[in-house]
Formats: sequence, structure tokens, C-alpha cells
Amino acid sequence: MARLVTTPNIPDPDGFYAELVAVHDGLSAERSAALNARLILLLANQIGDRAVLSDAIAAAAKTG
Amino acid sequence: MNKIFDRPLYAYARSPDQDTATPVRHPVVVVGAGPVGLALAIDLAQQDVPVVVLDDNDKVSFGSRAVCFAKRTLEILDRLGCGEPMVEKGVTWKTGKVFHDTRRIFEFDLLPEGGHRRPAFINLQQYYFEEAQIVRIRDLQEAGKPVEIRGGNKVSAVGRQDDHVRIEIDTPEGSYNLEADWLIACDGANSAIRRMLGHDFVGRVFEDNFLIADIVMQADFPTERRFWFDPPFNPGQSALMHKQPDSVWRLDFQLGWNIDREAEKEPERVKARVREMLGKDTKFELEWVSVYTFQCRRMERFTDGRVIFAGDSAHQVSPFGARGANSGIQDADNLAWKLKLVIDGTAPESLIESYNRERIHATDENILNSTRSTEFITPKSGISRVFRDAVLQLAQHYPFARPMVNSGRLSVPAIYDGGPLNGPDDAALPPRTRPGAPAEEAPLGEGWLLERLGGGFTVLAIGVEVPDMSELEGIPLSVLRLALVAGPELGARYLGAAPGAVYLIRPDQHVAARWTRWDKDGLKAALRRATGRA
Repeated sequence: MARLVTTPNIPDPDGFYAELVAVHDGLSAERSAALNARLILLLANQIGDRAVLSDAIAAAAKTG
Repeated sequence: MNKIFDRPLYAYARSPDQDTATPVRHPVVVVGAGPVGLALAIDLAQQDVPVVVLDDNDKVSFGSRAVCFAKRTLEILDRLGCGEPMVEKGVTWKTGKVFHDTRRIFEFDLLPEGGHRRPAFINLQQYYFEEAQIVRIRDLQEAGKPVEIRGGNKVSAVGRQDDHVRIEIDTPEGSYNLEADWLIACDGANSAIRRMLGHDFVGRVFEDNFLIADIVMQADFPTERRFWFDPPFNPGQSALMHKQPDSVWRLDFQLGWNIDREAEKEPERVKARVREMLGKDTKFELEWVSVYTFQCRRMERFTDGRVIFAGDSAHQVSPFGARGANSGIQDADNLAWKLKLVIDGTAPESLIESYNRERIHATDENILNSTRSTEFITPKSGISRVFRDAVLQLAQHYPFARPMVNSGRLSVPAIYDGGPLNGPDDAALPPRTRPGAPAEEAPLGEGWLLERLGGGFTVLAIGVEVPDMSELEGIPLSVLRLALVAGPELGARYLGAAPGAVYLIRPDQHVAARWTRWDKDGLKAALRRATGRA
């Protein structure tokens, strides 16, 4: 069964991070939150695996 | 206008029971002549179990109330002998459209596959539903079946005894007492029986008000369910539109929590809302207006000794998904045959406990579904609304988000997985007809499979030799043999890749057990289990 990947897996971490932040440029907090929600849903569908999604939700809830 | 709900259909009449020195004992007394109580009464009467229905009123329900009746309900009504008039009168539908703001975001089809006698849904005012049931009861009475409805009979006290229930009843001519071996409380969400017996009815209250406006209007909108999230005519809220018979349209508007309920019911205020929705020149009349709130809750147990709760008295859900009346009819369907066997002494009283377990399983599924729909339709936190709106925005562009759009998960029957009456399964057979599932409809040449199932237990043999039987383990049963050539749906729904199968089907048409070969000992064991004896 697939597991949540928690080791580096994105080839271009700095580039991805910059793109993620840049898409929010000039947006109000409200529009940013809406964009994040759309992004989460798109990514979740890409993952698809319910167990991995639950692991990711739990991992996010546990940190911070 | 002379409406059916203004006319007494079972006016109070003095019963000989009111003039006896000691209370008369009846096998079954049903309290409440709504859809659930009447379904149970018909089912019992058909099986020659004497049943008395008490109701404090004498008419069908006032206003349209429940309007969406699902395919499984129609199949049950067919078994009860009153499906056809309801389907003829009702508005048949299976598709819907969902809108967000001014945009149509997607369409759905609740029954894309063929080979079913009944449609996914009909819309029919509750008063017509009840009227058809009462017509059926009158027919049964004419045929000599032991069923009566006593209008103007209000239960004022209930006393539990070891093997019966004492009931005190108020009538226009004073009170009298009855005894019932079994008392079935079908007296609705505000059940007086439940209150008199001191049972809790706790759950989740949803802080929202909804307005139903049933209007009479000549319009040629398509026959489909239309649902709006955040439409321009009801900003920030939701709305629903549905067609009923007699050119009546159900409009349902979410209102929010802090509103003036009385002001919202004012006809002029309601008419203004309707005109905003349908256009200022729309011609219509108001038929019925109601403001409602709802809860999702159930009793901890649906049985209390010889008192049994069915329908809204036992459980309540939000209206999204049409899971109220439909699940109540399934309660009655589940209970009637068990009462019959227990009263006849062919099954132990403990069989009734399986009603409690199977219907609580179904209720929890209905509450889960309707709670999730409610959460989506009326988000209760900021972030819940953010995600909800994100789903709606994405759904317009990307198919992946459409299954997440939840405007109500429309009623489908529960499958009693892990149920106490289930016997063996064979993994080679299709999952949809596994033990616990309601038998699936399939066309058989000129007729249909479900109408061929007997009123009792049925052994359904497809492509497997089974002997003639009229009873086994003291339980009456019938054998239905079908050839493999009966049609592609029968094979797909009951055989899969297997060359043949034997199904044991309960009187409520749920599958009890199944095999890919004839196994008499296995069948006996399954029959004992399905009747609460193992």
C-alpha cells in the first residue's frame, strides 16, 4: 500500500516554493484562502489514494 | 377548493371495543396513520395478521410534506399492492441539475442503467401517498382482511407489561382501554408514545431555517430536480425546485438562522420570493407554505419490550436526500414479516431484535449521508464554506470535483452488511446482490423478477436444479426457478461469471444467503439464521 512520502520528492524545491507563493501575489486573504482550497482539492484528486490522503491530513494536523 | 386533505377519510366511529367490561387484546396496534403506519398495516393485513391503526386525526396529512419517493419504496409498494396508482399519479424523474450563482455546474442521472420496472424517483404529495394506501386498506377490508383504522383515537397513556402493552385512548365519546401484544409507534417526530415512555431523542440541531412554498403554476420546465447554491434570487443561501402532480411545484429556500419565522410565512413575502426566483410576471397560486428547521437524531434503541418505534418517531434526518419517508417505509418493510413469524410462533421473539439492529444500521447510514449533505449545503464554519465554494468553482470546469458536490445524496436502501440474519455468501457472485442487500429488479421476458418473489421466503434458483419445497425448518417458502436465458440483467445482477446460483430471499426481498450450487443443509442453516433461531 502506498505511504505518504515525507522525504524530498520535488526536483526543484526552490522553484516550486517560489511559484506557490507567487500565485498569491496581490490577492486578499480571502481570495488566497479560496485559491489554496482549490489547490488542495486538485492535488488531493491527483493523489487519489484515500489512505495517503488521510495520512497527509493527519501529518498536517500534527505539525505546527 | 375542495382539497383531499380537508376530507375525513376515516372519521371517528364507535368501536365495540369501547363497550367491553375488560380491555380487548389485539395482536398488533399501530399508532399513527401516516405513510409508515399505513404501510405496516397493509403488510400485516396481507399476511392475515390482525391490525388496528389508531390516529388522533381523521384525514390524510395536511400539505404536501414528503414528496420524493425512491425506487425501493415503489418496489415495496408494489409488494403491498399499491405501487401502480402512485406511479401513475406521480411525476417520474431521475435527472437533476445543479447551479452555482448563475452558472449550471453539472447534471446527474440517478439511474443510468436500464432493466428496472420502477423509476429512480417519483414526486407525489404525501396526501396522495396516504390516500392510495387507504384505498388499498379499504380493498383489503372488502376482501375480508383483518385491518381497521380508527380515526379520532388519541393514545393518552401507555403501560408496558411483560408480554403486552396497555393503552388508554381518548375519543370524542370518552376514553377506553386496549391491550396489544405489540404496539408499533409510527406517530412521527414528535411521538407521544416515545415521550410517554420517557425515551431520549437527542442528536444534532442544525441552526438554519428553510421555507417551503408549494405553488400551483402552469410551466414547462423539464421534469428534473434543480438545486441552486448561492443563486442571485437567494444570495448566500440555497434553493431547490421540484415538480409534483397537478401542476404543483415544490420550491424550497434556505433562509438562515436569525430570521422572523412568522414574517417569512406571510403570503406577500413568499410571493415576492417566488417572483424573484421565477420572474416578476410568473402566474402562480400558493398551495402550501411552511417554515421548518431540522435535526439529525435517533433513539438509542428502536424497541422497548413490546413497543416498537418505526419511521420519524425513531429517527429524524435532514430533508436533503429524501431519506425520511423512504427510510420509514423500509422500517415497516423490515418489521412486518418478523412480527408475522413471531406472532405465528414460527420464530422466537428475539427475531424482533434484528429489526432494531438492521434499522439502526440503516438509520446511521441515513444520518451520516444527510448530515454530510447539510454540512455542504449550509457550511457552518468559515473554512467549511471556503472548501465548499472551491468545490463548486472547480466542478464547473473539472469533472473530478463533481462527485464532491453534495446537494443531497438521494435515498437508496441500506444494505445490511454484517447483519444478524445474514447467511453465507459466495465471492464468485456479484457484490450488489450480496447477503443483506435488497434483491435487485431484473426484467423476465414479459414480467419482472420482484413481482415473482413470493410474500414469504423464496428460494431463487438460476441455472441450478433445486427440488420442490413448500416449507423447510417449519418456515413456509416458495421456489422460483429461472433459466439462464432469462435476460442479460438477471445474469449480470445475480450470477456475474458464475454458471448458476441459489439465493435465499427474505419476505422483505432482502437477500439472506446465496450459493453457487444446491446445498440443502446450508439452506436449512441459513433459514434458521434468517428467522432468528441460530
